[in-house]
Amino acid sequence: MMYKVVVPGDFISDEVDRAGEGTYVDNGKIYALNYGIVSDKGAIKVVALSGKYVPTMGDVVIGRIVELSYPFWIVDIASPYEARLHLSDFSRGAERRIDFSSMSNYLDLGDWIIAKVQKVDALMRVDLGLEDEIKIDDRGRLIEISHTKVPRVIGRSGSMIKMLKEKCKCFIFIAKNGRIWIKGQDENMNLATQVVLMIANEAHTSGLTDRVAHFLDSYEEKEK
Amino acid sequence: MKEEGIELIKDGKRLDGRGFEELRPIKIEVGVLKRADGSCYFEMGNNKALAAVYGPREMHPRHLQDAKTAVVNYRYNMAPFSVDERKRPGPDRRSVEISKVSRAALDPVILKEYYPKTAIDVYVELLQSDAGTRTAGINAASVALADAGIPMKDLVSSIAAGKIGGEMVLDMNAPEDNYGEADMPVAMIARTDTITMLQMDGRFTKEDFKRGLVLAKKACHEIYELQRAALLDKYSERAGEGGEE
Repeated sequence: MMYKVVVPGDFISDEVDRAGEGTYVDNGKIYALNYGIVSDKGAIKVVALSGKYVPTMGDVVIGRIVELSYPFWIVDIASPYEARLHLSDFSRGAERRIDFSSMSNYLDLGDWIIAKVQKVDALMRVDLGLEDEIKIDDRGRLIEISHTKVPRVIGRSGSMIKMLKEKCKCFIFIAKNGRIWIKGQDENMNLATQVVLMIANEAHTSGLTDRVAHFLDSYEEKEK
Repeated sequence: MKEEGIELIKDGKRLDGRGFEELRPIKIEVGVLKRADGSCYFEMGNNKALAAVYGPREMHPRHLQDAKTAVVNYRYNMAPFSVDERKRPGPDRRSVEISKVSRAALDPVILKEYYPKTAIDVYVELLQSDAGTRTAGINAASVALADAGIPMKDLVSSIAAGKIGGEMVLDMNAPEDNYGEADMPVAMIARTDTITMLQMDGRFTKEDFKRGLVLAKKACHEIYELQRAALLDKYSERAGEGGEE
């Protein structure tokens, strides 16, 4: 499949009822709202190539604690909107109530967590809930790419990420907000990082999965 | 306006050899600043403009936030070395006004409702200036906004039309601007021919004005094509680049 890049205001199609995300309809025609790639599967969409992450309910994100403000932890989620995590999410399993002074025993400034977006209200207040595995430890590596490129790193029905995990022998966790957590041996992490950045760089090109596969194979051969 | 001024038109050509409707050479580069969310370098003859877009990001100070939409900030700034006589750094009456009208020129295309409570900051720096810098700034900013991934209905293109030596011309340079009769910067959405900014300094007859608008429209379409091409070029197939070694 060839990727077609459009700029805002480009005419895309006459099929008004198929207008999807990243497009708008004017005078019976669909135009692009984003600078991005046209996706023709189902609804006609324009997938942006850059832009800021806006949380939506159900997204799993990687965030950093930036403030302790009882009874919340304020979390940076690589978005214009900061998120908050309520104490009660934590105290559920705890024996006793958490007060302000002991908040930092659970999560302290600078800690990285994996969390799920529970709710986003009209005022863009973002509430997080915890996932099973929440805390990101020092082992491993965290890299950040544009959230718009996350789908490419995952690949169609997870094909890309599956291959990456296999070939790089790493644990890789991709969050919706573009942060990626990689854990494994040093050189494996190097390779995984390199490939992820390569995917992000070439996210707008076609045949990417094949090229990545080829790259990984040739890397393997060099190693032998 | 100066009567004794210089002869601006000789043998049907302008001082720099251009025809009446000829633009100065334009060069556009997208994504030139690594740390900005979107950026663009726009060159039009001796005008050199650099636009950087940051955001949408958290709006500070908080009380200026809008609960319904994003707030667009636009800062037009001339570098002290951008003109012959050193310009005193910092905002002045002129640049505050230009910032305001340029913001308004871009405002109609930006879908601010997508990012409530945030700020979209546009910084335009003029590195070298030779008349018509606000139009260069708007052209750069429009491309930089698209590069930042901000949802927009269209790109905005901008050009100045004017009158020199009794003739209607496009895209005047500094001597023409200084000694010409009138100057009219226009910003518009090329696709729909919607004017988003129109200013005028000097005197036109009704016919001059109409003629100027026709010229400006034509030029905006030309510039739009260049802006579009520059954006497409950034993501032209670069298969295999990087990662091969």
